[in-house]
Amino acid sequence: MSRNLNTDNLDFRLSRRGFIKGCTMAAAALGLSDSMIPRLVEAAASPLRPPVVWLHFQECTGCTETLLRASHPDVGRLILDLISLDYHETVMAAAGKQAEDVLKDTIHKHQGKFICVVEGSIPTKDGGVYCKIAGQTAMNILAEVAPKSAAIIAIGNCATYGNVQAARPNPTGAVGVGDLVHDRPVVNIYGCPPNPVSFLATVLSFLTFKRLPPTDQLGRPLFAYGRKIHDHCPRRGHFDEGRFVEQFGDEGHRKGYCLYKVGCKGPETYNNCPVARFNDVGTWPVGAGVGCIGCSEPHFWDTMTPFYERLPSVRIPGGQGVTAEADSVGKKILGVTAAAIGIHAAVGIGRRLVKGKQETEES
Amino acid sequence: MAQRIVVDPITRIEGHLRIDAEVEGGRIRKAWSSGQMWRGIEVILQGRDPRDAWLFTQRICGVCTTVHGLASVRTVENALGLEIPMNAQYVRNLILALHALHDHIVHFYVLTALDWVDVVSALKADPNKTATLAGSLSDWPGNSPQRFKAVQEKVKALVESGQLGPFANAYWGHPAMTLPPEANLMAVSHYLDALDYQRKACEAYAILGSKNPHIQTLAVGGVSLAINPDNEATLNMERLYWIKQLAEEVRDFVQQVYLPDVIAVGALYKDWLPYGAGVTNYLAVPDMPLDGKGERFDLPGGTIFDGDLSTTRAITGFNDPYFRDNVVESIARSWYQGDWTKHPYEEETVPAYTDFQDDGKYSWMKAPRFQGRPMQVGPLAQVLVGYALGHELTRKHVDDALARVNALAGAKVGPEVLHSTLGRILARAVRASMLADLALKHWSLLVDNIGRGDLAIINPPEFPLGEQRGFGFHEAPRGALSHWIVIQDGRIKNYQCVVPSTWNAGPRDDRGREGPYEASLVGNPIAEPERPLEVLRTVHSFDPCIACAVHMLDPGGREMVRVKVV
Repeated sequence: MSRNLNTDNLDFRLSRRGFIKGCTMAAAALGLSDSMIPRLVEAAASPLRPPVVWLHFQECTGCTETLLRASHPDVGRLILDLISLDYHETVMAAAGKQAEDVLKDTIHKHQGKFICVVEGSIPTKDGGVYCKIAGQTAMNILAEVAPKSAAIIAIGNCATYGNVQAARPNPTGAVGVGDLVHDRPVVNIYGCPPNPVSFLATVLSFLTFKRLPPTDQLGRPLFAYGRKIHDHCPRRGHFDEGRFVEQFGDEGHRKGYCLYKVGCKGPETYNNCPVARFNDVGTWPVGAGVGCIGCSEPHFWDTMTPFYERLPSVRIPGGQGVTAEADSVGKKILGVTAAAIGIHAAVGIGRRLVKGKQETEES
Repeated sequence: MAQRIVVDPITRIEGHLRIDAEVEGGRIRKAWSSGQMWRGIEVILQGRDPRDAWLFTQRICGVCTTVHGLASVRTVENALGLEIPMNAQYVRNLILALHALHDHIVHFYVLTALDWVDVVSALKADPNKTATLAGSLSDWPGNSPQRFKAVQEKVKALVESGQLGPFANAYWGHPAMTLPPEANLMAVSHYLDALDYQRKACEAYAILGSKNPHIQTLAVGGVSLAINPDNEATLNMERLYWIKQLAEEVRDFVQQVYLPDVIAVGALYKDWLPYGAGVTNYLAVPDMPLDGKGERFDLPGGTIFDGDLSTTRAITGFNDPYFRDNVVESIARSWYQGDWTKHPYEEETVPAYTDFQDDGKYSWMKAPRFQGRPMQVGPLAQVLVGYALGHELTRKHVDDALARVNALAGAKVGPEVLHSTLGRILARAVRASMLADLALKHWSLLVDNIGRGDLAIINPPEFPLGEQRGFGFHEAPRGALSHWIVIQDGRIKNYQCVVPSTWNAGPRDDRGREGPYEASLVGNPIAEPERPLEVLRTVHSFDPCIACAVHMLDPGGREMVRVKVV
C-alpha cells in the first residue's frame, strides 16, 4: 500500500500561490482533472459560511449522531458559527415540500460552492427503489446534487463503500459514493461510525487551510487513518512481551493486557482510535477491555468476523522471525541470547523477549 | 372534496418516512404511513457466530444505538438459558438509562420543539420577562436575563446573516404557533443547553460502552468491560465517579429544564390536548433487571386494551409466554411477497416493491399485532402500564407532572389526558425524569457490588449441538423491542426483529386496521394544507425511527433474496 504523505501540503503560508498549489496538491491526491481546481479555490475563498448539503440514504444515522458527540466544535457552534447547514433531514425545521424547496434552492444558489456530505449507501438494484425521498431514488438525488457541489465528504462506511447492507449478498446493490461519483473530490471518512474528530478536522482543514487533506488510496485522510491501531496502541508493550487476555474476565483482563487472543483486529486496521479516543472521556474499545473490530476497513463485516476470534496470521513475538500462534509462544521458554535479540530487532517487534507463560512477570 | 397532502420527507426523525393524508373541512380524515427505505440485511446473519450478532444488529440504528445490541445479547442468552453476573446487569442498566436520557433530551429539543416553538418570534421577546417566566417554572440557575439576551443576539445575528441553515423555510408565523415570544426565547435557549447535556449523558455511558454511537462492550453472557478498582487500565473508582458526576448533571437538566419545559408547552397548548389519541391499546415490556435471570425488574411492563387501565396485565419476565406467544406480523399492505400474518419464528421476507397503492401495498414496514390488535408502544405505554400496575415511582412522577400542568393551565386533568399527541410528549419527559433517578440508583448498586469484591463480568456462553430458540426484549426509548433467534449447532439459522417504530409506524394489517401513526392523525386540525405543521406535531410525538422500523433480518434461511419489482 502506498502511503504517500505529501509534505508540500504542510506549507501553511496562505499566499495565493501557496493556496492554489494546496488545492492543486489536494486535487492531484484525489486524482482529479485540472478543471476541478478553480471550483475548489472559489468555494474555499468565499466570505460566507460555507453552505453544506447533507444527504441521508441507506443509513442508521449513527454518523449524524457521532457529530452530536463532538465538543470541539460542538454541533451548536458548528452550525451557528462555522458552516451553514442548509439541508440536513435530521435537524432541519422544514419538512415535505418546504424541505424539498430548500434543497433545490441551495444547490442552485450555491452551485459549485457547497460541500456535499453523504451519509448512507446508495442502492442500485431494480432502479434503486430501495431508498426514495420525496419520490426520487437515492441514485437520482445523488446524480443531481453531486455535480453541483464543490467537494464531497462521504461520512461513515455506508457512504464510503456500502457497509453492513453491502455485506454478502448485498440484496439492494448498495454502493458507496465513490462508486458512482468520479468527477470531483470525494473524501472517505471510514468508520462505523467514525470518530467525529476525523470528520470535523477534515471540514476545518478545508475552512482554515483552504484545501482538502491528503488521503490514502481509499480516500481516507492520512491525518486520521495513517497508522494501524496496533502501531500506536498503549497495550503494544503487553503484545510484545507476551501478556495476553485469554478470556474476558480473567486475571489478564483485569490487568489491562493485550486483547489479540480475544479477537482484536488492531493489527489490520488503520485509524486514530488509540490517540484520539472517543466522547471526550478518553475511552476506546481496547481501553475498556474489548478488541478492535476493524470498523474503519472496507468489508470488515466479512473480513474481520468472527469478531472474538484472533486473526490467523499476525506476526507476534516468537522465535526465528516466523509467524507463530500466540498460545504456542506461550508454551515456549526462550533463552536470552544476542542472536535472539537480533532476530527480534529485525522483525521490528520489540526489544524484550517473550517468555513462556510460566515466566511472565506479574505487573 | 378531500384534498390529498403528501409530506415526504418527514424531517427531524431517524430514517425515511412519507405521510399521506386526506384533509377535509380543515381536519385529517384518513392517513397512510410509509417507510421509504429498505436495506435487506435479510440473510446476513445466517450462518454466523451468535456472539457476533449484537454488533451487526446494533447498526440497525445509530439514534437508538445500544438498544438492538442489548436485545440481541438477551436473545442469545435466552436461547441458551444463560444467566449473567450482577455487575454486567448493572452496567447494562446504566447504559440503557443514560442512553435513554440522551435520546429523550435530543428528541424534545432537536426533533420536536420546532413544531411548537417559533424561533423567529424569540427575537421579539424581552429577556427580563423571559427570565421571570423561566423562574416561575424552575429554579434552574442557567435561566438568567443575561443568558437569554445573549441567545437572542445569536439568533438575531443568524437571521441577519441571511444564512438560516437548518432554520430556513420553516413554520415561523404559522397560525398554529401560539406561544408568547418569551416562551419561545426560553425554549431556544434551552435547545442550546440541551445540546450540551445530551452530550454529557453520552460521555457517561461511553465510559461503560467504550464509545458511542455503537458501544462495543456488551457480550453474550455479560459484558467485556474489565472491572478492577486496583488497576489503572480498567473500570476503577475514578472512571465510576466520573459517570456519577455526569449523571447528576444530566438528572438536574432533565428535572429542572426538560420536564418543566414540556409541562409549560402542555399547559400553554392545552387546546391541543384532545388530538392524537389513535390506537389506545398499549404494550410495554419490563426492564432494568434486578437479578441475573430477568425475573425481577425496576421498571414494569404489560398490556392495556382500549385505553381501559383496568384491563392491564403484566409481562412478568424474560420467559413470559404471554409476550412470546402473542406477537405476529402482517405483510398484507407491505412491499413483500404474500399476504400472510405470522409469528416471528415462522416469518420469511421476500421484497416485492410496488408503487404507493392506497388500497394495496404502500410501505417497507410490516404491521406487528399483539393478540391480533394494533398496539401503541413508547413512553406513553411505559407510563400508563406502570401507573395502572401501581408502580410507585411512575405514580409519583405522573401525578406530580399532571398537578403542575393543572396549576399552570388552570385545569383539572387526570391520566386520561395522556391519550394524545401532547400526552406522548409529556410521558416521555416523565419517563426521562424517572430514568434520571434510576440511573443513579443503579450506579450505587454497581459500586456496592464491586465494593463487596465481586469483579465477575461474564458467564461465557457454550453452544451445544442441536437447535435452540430464544427471544429477548428491551424497553427502548421508543418502546418495546424484541429479537427472536433460532440457533443450529452453534450458528445462527434464523433471526428476526420486531421493533417499536414498526409497532407504531406500520401500515394497515390484513383486516385494514390502521397502525398507530395513521390512527392518531385522524381528526388532527390542518390550518394550511401546504404547510402541514400539525402532521409533524403528531408524527414527531412518537419519536419515529424508520431505519429501525423497516424490517431487517430474516429467519427464512435463503441464500439468495429474490426481488420482484412489480
